[in-house]
Order: sequence, then C-alpha cells, then structure tokens
Amino acid sequence: MLQISNLQVKYGGITAVNGLSLQVNENETIALIGSNGAGKTTTLHAISGLLKPSQGECLYQGMNLLKMAAHDIVARGIVHVPEGRQVFTRLTIEENLRMGAYLQKDRQLVKQNYERIYEMFPILKERLRQSAGTLSGGEQQMLAIGRALMSNPKLLLLDEPSMGLSPLLTQQVFEALYELKKAGLTILLVEQNAYEALELSDRAYVMETGSITIEGNSVDLIRDPKVKEAYLGGEI
Amino acid sequence: MRHMEKIRLRDSNIFRLICFVLAPLIIIIMAGQKNGGYYNGIVCTFGIYALLAASLNLVNGFSGMFSMGHAAFMAVGAYTSAFLTLAPQQKINMLPGLPEWLQNVQLPLLPALLICGLCAALLALIVAFPVVRFKGHYLAVATLGLVVIVRSVLDIEGDVTNGARGITGLPSSASIWLIFGVLVVSLFIMYRLLSSAYGRSLIAMRDDQVAAQTLGVNLTAKKISIFCISAFFAGIGGALWGHTQTVISGQFFYFNMSFKIVQMSIIGGMASLSGGLLGALFITIVPELLAPLESGFVLFSYPLPDLYGLSNIIMSVFLVVLIIYRRQGLMGNSEILLDTFFSKNTYTSVFKKDEYKHFAKACINLCQRKKKS
Amino acid sequence: MPIDYIIGQLVNGLRLGSIYAIVAIGYSIVYGILKLINFAHGDIMTLGVYAMLIFMTMLGLPIWMVIILSMMISVCAGLLIERLAYRPLRSAAEETTLVSSLAVSTLLQNVLLMIFSAQKQAFLLPDYMTELHTIGSIHLSTMNIITFASVAVSLVVLILVIHKTRIGTAMRACSENLTAAKLMGININKVIVFAFAVGSALACMAGFMLAGEYKTVDPAMGFVPGLKAFCAAVLGGIGSLGGAVIGGLLIGVSEMLFAGLMPTTVTAYRDAFVFVVLILVLLFKPTGILGSRERA
Repeated sequence: MLQISNLQVKYGGITAVNGLSLQVNENETIALIGSNGAGKTTTLHAISGLLKPSQGECLYQGMNLLKMAAHDIVARGIVHVPEGRQVFTRLTIEENLRMGAYLQKDRQLVKQNYERIYEMFPILKERLRQSAGTLSGGEQQMLAIGRALMSNPKLLLLDEPSMGLSPLLTQQVFEALYELKKAGLTILLVEQNAYEALELSDRAYVMETGSITIEGNSVDLIRDPKVKEAYLGGEI
Repeated sequence: MRHMEKIRLRDSNIFRLICFVLAPLIIIIMAGQKNGGYYNGIVCTFGIYALLAASLNLVNGFSGMFSMGHAAFMAVGAYTSAFLTLAPQQKINMLPGLPEWLQNVQLPLLPALLICGLCAALLALIVAFPVVRFKGHYLAVATLGLVVIVRSVLDIEGDVTNGARGITGLPSSASIWLIFGVLVVSLFIMYRLLSSAYGRSLIAMRDDQVAAQTLGVNLTAKKISIFCISAFFAGIGGALWGHTQTVISGQFFYFNMSFKIVQMSIIGGMASLSGGLLGALFITIVPELLAPLESGFVLFSYPLPDLYGLSNIIMSVFLVVLIIYRRQGLMGNSEILLDTFFSKNTYTSVFKKDEYKHFAKACINLCQRKKKS
Repeated sequence: MPIDYIIGQLVNGLRLGSIYAIVAIGYSIVYGILKLINFAHGDIMTLGVYAMLIFMTMLGLPIWMVIILSMMISVCAGLLIERLAYRPLRSAAEETTLVSSLAVSTLLQNVLLMIFSAQKQAFLLPDYMTELHTIGSIHLSTMNIITFASVAVSLVVLILVIHKTRIGTAMRACSENLTAAKLMGININKVIVFAFAVGSALACMAGFMLAGEYKTVDPAMGFVPGLKAFCAAVLGGIGSLGGAVIGGLLIGVSEMLFAGLMPTTVTAYRDAFVFVVLILVLLFKPTGILGSRERA
C-alpha cells in the first residue's frame, strides 16, 4: 500500500532523514520505533505532505505522494494524527470531529462514524459541547484519534500517541488501536514506547539517526537482544 | 592555468581602490565644484541617505530587531539643529516659545551635529522600555507609532516648532565635504563597533537570543544601547538633511521618509553596512533616472500623460520582488565597500608591484571568461 | 457641558467606531490565520471608494450596483495582492511580510495618485441619503442609519458564518493551528483567499461609509483610518471578531470624546492618541480585551 524508498528530508542545514526505505501493506500494523531525534516524526510529516523531502520516493497505491499537497493526501485516505495531539482547543469536541469530517460528502457515513467514535470513546459524547481545551491529555488523544477516524482513513499515521500519558491511559489508547487493527485498518505507528508498539504491531522498523537499522516481524524484534538492550530495558 | 581561475576582480585591492575609493572620490569632487548645482544636490542627498540607511542597519540587520522609526529620530536631530544654528532673530520671530537661553545660542553646524545626535539618542533612551519589550512586527508598528507621535508634537507645539508650517531659513552650511566627512567618520565608528566584541554579541543576539543569553549577553542592555546609537546617527542625518533642504516640517519626517529608509536598508541588504550604502545609492539614483517619465514623455510620438508617482510605484514593485526572490538584499552579507575603505591594504596596494600583477591577472581572467561564454 | 452635546459626540463616536470596527474585522480575520498585519488593507478601502466614484459619477449607476461592483473590485485587488505579495512570503519572518504590505500600500496609493491626482474629489451621495431624521436631540442622516444598520447586519452574518458554516469553522481551525488544519484535508489557501475576500469586501463597505461622512476622496484617505482600525483590532484582541468590534467602537468613541471634550490644545493629538493607546495595550495587555492567546 505504502512504499517509501530512499527518503531524504532536510531541516534547514540538518539532514533529519537519510536513505529511509519502508513498506506498509494493507491491513498491517507497522511500528516505527527509535529514540528521540531519530527522525520518526519527520518521516510521518513527509508522508502526509507537511514537509517536502529533498530526495526519495513515496508511493501510495501507485500514486506519488511527493507531488501532492497535504489536503489532497488526506483526501486519498492517509490521515495523520500529529505529535502532541494538536486538537483545536478553541473549538468544541463536536466541532473538532466535524473538522475531521471536513472532506466527507456521504452524510450517512459521517453519522455512522460519529456513532462508532462515541462507542469507542464514550467520554467524547459526554463532553460534546465543551471546548477541547478543557480535556485532559488522555481525552485529547482520544479526540485526536476520533477526529482522524472521521476522515475515513485507509492508512492511519499515528505520532507518539502515548506521549505524556499515564500507563493506564496508554493502555486505554492502545486498546482502542487494537480494536481498529482488528477492524482491518492499516496503521503506521511511531512510538517511543517500544514495548506497546511491538505488542500491537505485525512488523516493525527501528530507526536511528535518520535511517532504518533493524527491521522484521514484531514478535521477533521483541525478543531480539539488540532491541531489548536499546529500547526495551535490557534483560530483566 | 588553474590558479588563474580563482582570481576574481573583486578580490584585487587595486580594483577595489579604483572602483570603490577613487571613482566615488572623483565624483564627489566634481559634484562639489558647483555648490548648489544639480549633481551636488544628488550627491549630497546620497551621502545623507547612506548615513541613515547604514545606521538603520545597525538595528534592523545586525541586532535582530526591526524598527521603522528612523524618521522620528531624524526629526529630533533636524529640529535640534534648527534650534542651535538659527540666528537669534529668526528664532524670536518663528519660535517665540523657546526658552531665552536657547534663543540666544547660535552654534556652527559641526558642534551642533553632535548635540543633535545626542538628543535623538536621548529620545531613543526614553522609549527604550517598550522597544525592548516588543518583538517582531509589533516593534515595527510601535516605532511607526513613535513617528506619528513625534510628528503630532511637532505640528502642534507651534510656539516651539512653528507648527505645521515648519521652520524655514536653516543655514545651508551642510556642504558636500561636511556631509561626506561626517559620513566617513560615522561609518568608521559603526564598522569598528560591529567588528568588536560588542558587535559580535549583537550578531549572536540576532541569530539566537536564548543561546546568546546563556553566553552571558545582556539582551536588554544590548538592545537599548544599539537602538540609541542608531538613533544618534539618525539624528545627525536628520540635521544634515535639514540643512540641505533649509526647510523642515513634521510632514517630511513621516511614514514616507521612514519607509524610504527601510526600503534602502532592505534593497541594499540589512545585514551589511555596505548594503546600506548601496541601497541609498539605488534610492537616490533610480528616481532621478525615472524623473523624465514622470513629467510627460513621448513614446513613439504618443505623448504619455504625467505619470506622477511612477518612480514610487516601480520602487515598491522592485522592493516586493526583491523581498520574495532575494531577501538578503543586493549585497547580502558582503561588507566589501567598507572593508575596502577602512583597510590599510587598499591604500598600500598602490606601492606593491604584486598587487598590479594581481589586478592584471584578474582582468585577463575576466576577459577569458567572457570570451568562453 | 450640555448632556445633549455629550450624547451627540457619543453617537458620532459610535458611527466612526462602527467604520473602524468593519475595517478592524478585516485585519483580525487575516491576522488570525496568517499572523500578518496587512497594512495595505486601508488602501484597498481607498481603491474601493475610487471605484465607487467612477461608477457613480462617470457611469451614473444606481447606488446598489455601485456598491456591489466596487466590492468586487476591492475583492479582486485583495486576492491579487494576497497571491502576488503575501503567498510567496508564507514562510518568511513576520517583519518581512509587514514590509511587503507597506510596499503594496505605497504602490496602491501611488497608482491612485497617478490616475486621479492628489486633489480631493467630491463624493456626493444622492439626496435621499443625506436627509436628516431627528430622534430626541440626535440628528441622523439616512446615511448614518445605513451605517449602523450595515455594521449590525454584517456582524450578525459574520458570526453566523464563522460559527455555523463549514468554511467558517475551518477559518477558526486555521487561525488556531494551521498544521492540524492541513491534516484535516482543509485547503488552507482557499481559506486564506476567503478571508481576504471577506476582509476586502468589508473594507470597501467601510470606505463607502467613510466617504459618505467626509464627502471627499483622496488617495491617502484610507491609510490613517486603516492604521487606527489596526489599533482597534489590537485593543479588542487581534484574531477575535468580537474584539475587533469592541476595539473599533472604543477607539471611535474615545476619539470623538477626546476631540469634543478636551481643551483645544490637546484635541489635535487625536492621531497620536490612538497610537499611544496601541503601545500601552501592547505593553500591558497584548492579548487585548477579548484575546485569549499570547501575542507580542
């Protein structure tokens, strides 16, 4: 579904991503893990059109994403939940969700999506008319995911959904993601919380200073001593 | 043969001497022959604008601030100069509200200039508190506000300023030699200031305020001091300007003037004093070249109407295009003009045979390159 | 001081303030999304007024047509300016775009100067517009009533648009977080174009009211009111619609009261007064009266 080859992205004078290649197949959940500053967020920004890479290819179902504007990429079904959630704090929860549905023309589908999200995250339905700024971190994360779901994603890009969340909330978020995975959604997940990410995903890539260093099936990587040492807290 | 390709004409000291020192000097001397002549006027205007643009660059290009208030400091300088250089009789007639001791003072221009600069710097100090607090375009707007406030005071306090009518009869003692003398000395001071530790800390502040702070740079002190220094030179520039025009009034020190100096600063390049000179040259010469178009022009025997304001339009368009495509201005970061003026090597190169060889090689190089293309 | 006089000044102030409010809304909408102070805004107003002059006097069209056509011209000008002078500078520092807007302002003024000369031209409204109506001790012409009515109607329409329509909510989203808005599939260029269109149309309307007030037209007429409207927008809280209106009314009223009540030596400081207010607001409460985000 998504094919990235030799991506190179520069920030000012720094090359944040260099020679990155990865692949996401339909219905897969792929994790992109690595420490801070490895370039994971930059990669997602390049996919969703917020940044233009200096080199490389990014093909989605045969289409060249690099030639498309961000809003067109959303229209094609790639939805990005950015780092730090970035909900519209001055809009209400309902308006946030409505913004998620900005491009949707099918009213029935939109209604269904609303219901689906209320089921998944009942607290959003409770606070529908409140401004999103009054929500806690975990609730905002749920709103951000809900908002993304309103866009009917075929490929969901998630940037550090667990960041700043307590273990309990992290658990809740990943449970929700698991439901989505079961329902067949293709997910590309960027996470610093390597354990949860590997548990959830089918395959994973480890990123260090701009490029992929390790890749493989998540079940294998979870047991891989190198990965364990660097990202999973070593041998107990 | 390869080493010849690296020799550029602009690196040759002889070339620089001829182009940037001798040629301008000759132009100034020729223009200076006829006091009050057309070319004299243009060259004088250029000299003053150069001082104004360079002093604005101190703040706008080297310190990370953006001020549009230069006209206000010019006004202070010009009016102070009027107060100090007019004959007591003129002052009693036009400015009855002036205190007696001031009415009786009459100084020659040169010492008066110093006081003008100091008064302008004083205004800068007074408004320093908000200046330090504002950032980005809010500072720009606030400095525009200063221009409005200063003009309002000038127009209204008629007893002291003769109101909107302005002050006439300023002695036209700003000869071309005085102007360029002041310009050279001022540029020298600014040049040395920027290459000193003080200057380096300014640039550090411009590039990254937080990092500069961690290195011990006192941001507030730096901002206030450079703002005052810039205002000092603006005041002198304003005074000189007043003496070339012999009439001053609030309307001349308003948005148009402030914007004009900002234009010079940006066109030449904000981060370079030489850029200020280039910008001033540009703004002085281009309107003169376009002037015939403004007062009726015959194109293929169709008389065009008076295109009044055409040079302003063309300059504005040029400014926008430049901002979009070459934000660093025509000169960018290059300080080639001042490096030439104030470097010993330029002048001693006359005596060095090597320099002539260098110059010759560079010329040959240029011809060869032209032939190739 | 007779109470009638004060009320009269108050009404005048509200009238002037409504005009400032309309222009301030245009500043606020654009600033909210782009963080750009569009100094050319006041000159777009002037352009609209000159268009009206031509349509009215040279072509003798009826008033409603004049206003609609002139609004279209103002909108076209605003969109052209956005496309040529601001869009290429999206990623530039804010002072850069400010200088660009000043350059455009100078450009507009000089173009008008070139075509129409600096002489003030008469802007005469049809007779029925200058008819006076008296309510108590207050005299209002039809023009004045139209001014108040248009401001009120525009405000209601704008609030509905901003809060109830898709593009209005998109505008609010954009002014909070441009990146997140892009990720919603919102074409921010279209939203920005819409904002400029609305602002320019409003500026044209304000121009009509201003020209009707002062009955003369000259190329520089929009610049100072534009600046004052900007001060009003900052005072009320830049980026906020309600703030722009409150700021506008406050500035208009205080300007009139200042002019009418203070001794004559101080009244000439009208223009400077507005800027002093601006600087004080920026110093002590940069978010303005209704603003909720930190600025300056």
